[in-house]
Amino acid sequence: MSRTDGPDFTGPALHEMLARTWSDAPGLWGWITTVDHKRVGRRYIVTAFVFLGLGGILALLMRLQLATPDSGLISADRYNQIFSMHGTTMMFLFAVPVMEAMAIYLIPLMMGTRQIAFPRLNAFSYWIYLFGGCFLWIAFVLNIGPEAGWFSYVPLAGPEYSPGKRTDVWAQLITFTEVAALAGAIELITTILKQRAPGMSLNRMPLFAWSILVTSFMIIFAMPAVMLASSFLISDRLVGTQFYNPTEGGDALLWQHLFWFFGHPEVYIIFIPAVGFVSQITETFTRREVFGYPLMVLAVVSIGLMAFGLWVHHMFATGLPRVGYSFYTAASMMIALPGGVQIFCWIASIWSGRPRWETPLLWVIAFIITFVMGGLTGVMVASVPLDLQLHDSYFVVAHFHYVLIGGAVFPLLGAVTYWFPKFTGRMMAEPLGKWNVALAFIAFHLTFFPMHITGLLGMPRRVYTYPAGAGWDTLNLLSSIGAFVFAASLLLFIGNAVTSLRNGRMAGANPWDAASLEWLPSSPPPTYNFAHIPRVESRTPLWDGEPAVIPGLRTDKRELLVTTGVDALPDIRDASAPPNGWPLFAAIATTIMFTGSIFTPWAVVWGAALMAPPLILWFWPHDPLEPKPEQGDE
Amino acid sequence: MSEPRFIGDASVLPDHGFGPRSTTWWGVSGFMAIEGAGFALAFAAYFFLMAQERQWPASAPAPDLLWSSATLILLLVSELPNIWVKRAAEREDLRAVRHGLIVMSLIVLPIFATRALEFDRLNIGWDRNAYGSITWALLLMHTIHLITDWVDTLVLTALMHTHHGAEGRRFVDTSENALYWHFIVASWLLVYGVIYWLPRTHG
Repeated sequence: MSRTDGPDFTGPALHEMLARTWSDAPGLWGWITTVDHKRVGRRYIVTAFVFLGLGGILALLMRLQLATPDSGLISADRYNQIFSMHGTTMMFLFAVPVMEAMAIYLIPLMMGTRQIAFPRLNAFSYWIYLFGGCFLWIAFVLNIGPEAGWFSYVPLAGPEYSPGKRTDVWAQLITFTEVAALAGAIELITTILKQRAPGMSLNRMPLFAWSILVTSFMIIFAMPAVMLASSFLISDRLVGTQFYNPTEGGDALLWQHLFWFFGHPEVYIIFIPAVGFVSQITETFTRREVFGYPLMVLAVVSIGLMAFGLWVHHMFATGLPRVGYSFYTAASMMIALPGGVQIFCWIASIWSGRPRWETPLLWVIAFIITFVMGGLTGVMVASVPLDLQLHDSYFVVAHFHYVLIGGAVFPLLGAVTYWFPKFTGRMMAEPLGKWNVALAFIAFHLTFFPMHITGLLGMPRRVYTYPAGAGWDTLNLLSSIGAFVFAASLLLFIGNAVTSLRNGRMAGANPWDAASLEWLPSSPPPTYNFAHIPRVESRTPLWDGEPAVIPGLRTDKRELLVTTGVDALPDIRDASAPPNGWPLFAAIATTIMFTGSIFTPWAVVWGAALMAPPLILWFWPHDPLEPKPEQGDE
Repeated sequence: MSEPRFIGDASVLPDHGFGPRSTTWWGVSGFMAIEGAGFALAFAAYFFLMAQERQWPASAPAPDLLWSSATLILLLVSELPNIWVKRAAEREDLRAVRHGLIVMSLIVLPIFATRALEFDRLNIGWDRNAYGSITWALLLMHTIHLITDWVDTLVLTALMHTHHGAEGRRFVDTSENALYWHFIVASWLLVYGVIYWLPRTHG
């Protein structure tokens, strides 16, 4: 008879048993084969920050070039690659992955479960992401980096105007990152809907979980658009299809429609998780449930839906029927409403709560101010006449950096500070953190505020240099100075994180006195997350005292509690897959196929054959690459 | 740490369940949603390109109906054993599941033959014009799904013939694999309508 946790099996003996069952193999092999969502999530986060650093270096190179007029530092061709790489890296290798990465680490803990759903798919997702990022950057170093911008418009990106392999590399990077993101979305949806702690009905779920649930659904419906678009592009370039060739019945605008059907939801895929961070931080540091919980949920869901109805506002300059202009202007303005509802709910929470001005909350304040400014310029460019003036100018560059850095990176840095003790067991240094917020905030506005004016004065984006005397010189110099100070503030943040890893003050399980379940286990949590699965009776379970638990999961094999979708009633004891090496080999085979296919279409055929064995063996129970065969199986 | 308060007992719960109760169902449904979105967008691209052309199909006769309709009939017929094996899995009848899966593994073979003939009778090359490109793309997308699910079914058939087949989770896998086959058949109804009937009914 297998032994389950319960009143007669608890305390140190249980911990020891669970630690044995849920541990990875020792050493490098364990590192490679791990499926622990915390290890995978941690490496996902670190990798995303490495790409942030690389994308940031490119930004500094551009700012160096633009600091003075008529600069000869970087050639036009190199500059094209640099801004394309900057956008591609930041959007596909940093912003989306880092949000999913945080969710991969946090969601299972927040839901009160021992492991993410489909843990091997999760490991696969990470490897594909890592290999995709390396593929892009190796190509760039070899002078075959993308050159047609992060949205790679045809005909510029088509076979005629972008010969060579540069755009093929871009198109395949898309495939890599979208496969990784889609896999993550499925794991997160399943974890949120099926693995919540008993009692955590949907209306008791932390707002971060709502954010991730909506984001994951958006990924599922948005990302296929860009995969389809980039597959059409690469086949136009490699096998002579005519999707985007207007002389043979194709249409360049088909690209724009497909791209932006993904691209617009994409910005909300980055923003909505950030909204979740903000809500969690606000809850903890105001010591109250976020004001207007049902409104907050409805706001996030409606943003998720509306985000699919505004993609055409990126295409105002292409010429549209009048009704199209009106519809997409109205839709673009309408999405400001749920955004505004959220802002007011956070302000009301701070107003009516007992705010503690710790660093994470300061990042939230920096976010609110910056994001509101970015939101206002967003409403401005939703208006067609203004958009036609400002399209492709630095005004737009200013706008989207306000909403992406202000709207997502500031909350992210707040979130890293907030959850750092959970990730590492130590606090980040203070008051350095507070100075860091101030420096980043000032530097950010110094960099990007002048760009509004350079844009209004007519400076187009994506130009590698500009003539003196157009009135843009001082503004550009200010932006460049700001960019270097902003980079210094990010370095300060990373430096703080790295030194705190070793020297930070020790954190207990719940150093901020927060309310959600991830703060229940020790910091960092044990491999199995929870010794007993907690029961939830409110939206703020840890503020109700020590939660009751439900006993009865097996301890000799990896077992999870599956609950019902809406009410989270205990339903099934489900097995969770142990560590395995095949996801890595499947990812290697996939990488060979994706890379091969930019040279020959036959790579799709032999690549699929190469992928089949690792995929099959990954699903096969108890194969030789399972480093720790389980004893408990029948 | 104080002694935990224990309420309830999870050990009495079953170790598997079918349909939306199981995480597998959510995984499979997630993939169907992704692929469904892919098909929907490819249809949107088809209609978008069609709207740009004066004549559709552009510069070619419509693709032949014979083999595509044969594919349709074979796929519809395959639903009989598919539904049967899904039900057998849900009542955990290992013998029936083993037989049913063998039938499902074999029933795809004639479909591959009719599918190959379909490619031959599209009456246009993928590189001729955008109409040819999108037509090939739709047929190829469906074929990739067909092959993927066939390989899935082969692996599952082998697995169910080992001692692992008796585990409850494997019956769930079988049931969800049958669900995915529904997706293959349903998506073909739409792809077939678009590729083969739109060019015939459109102006």
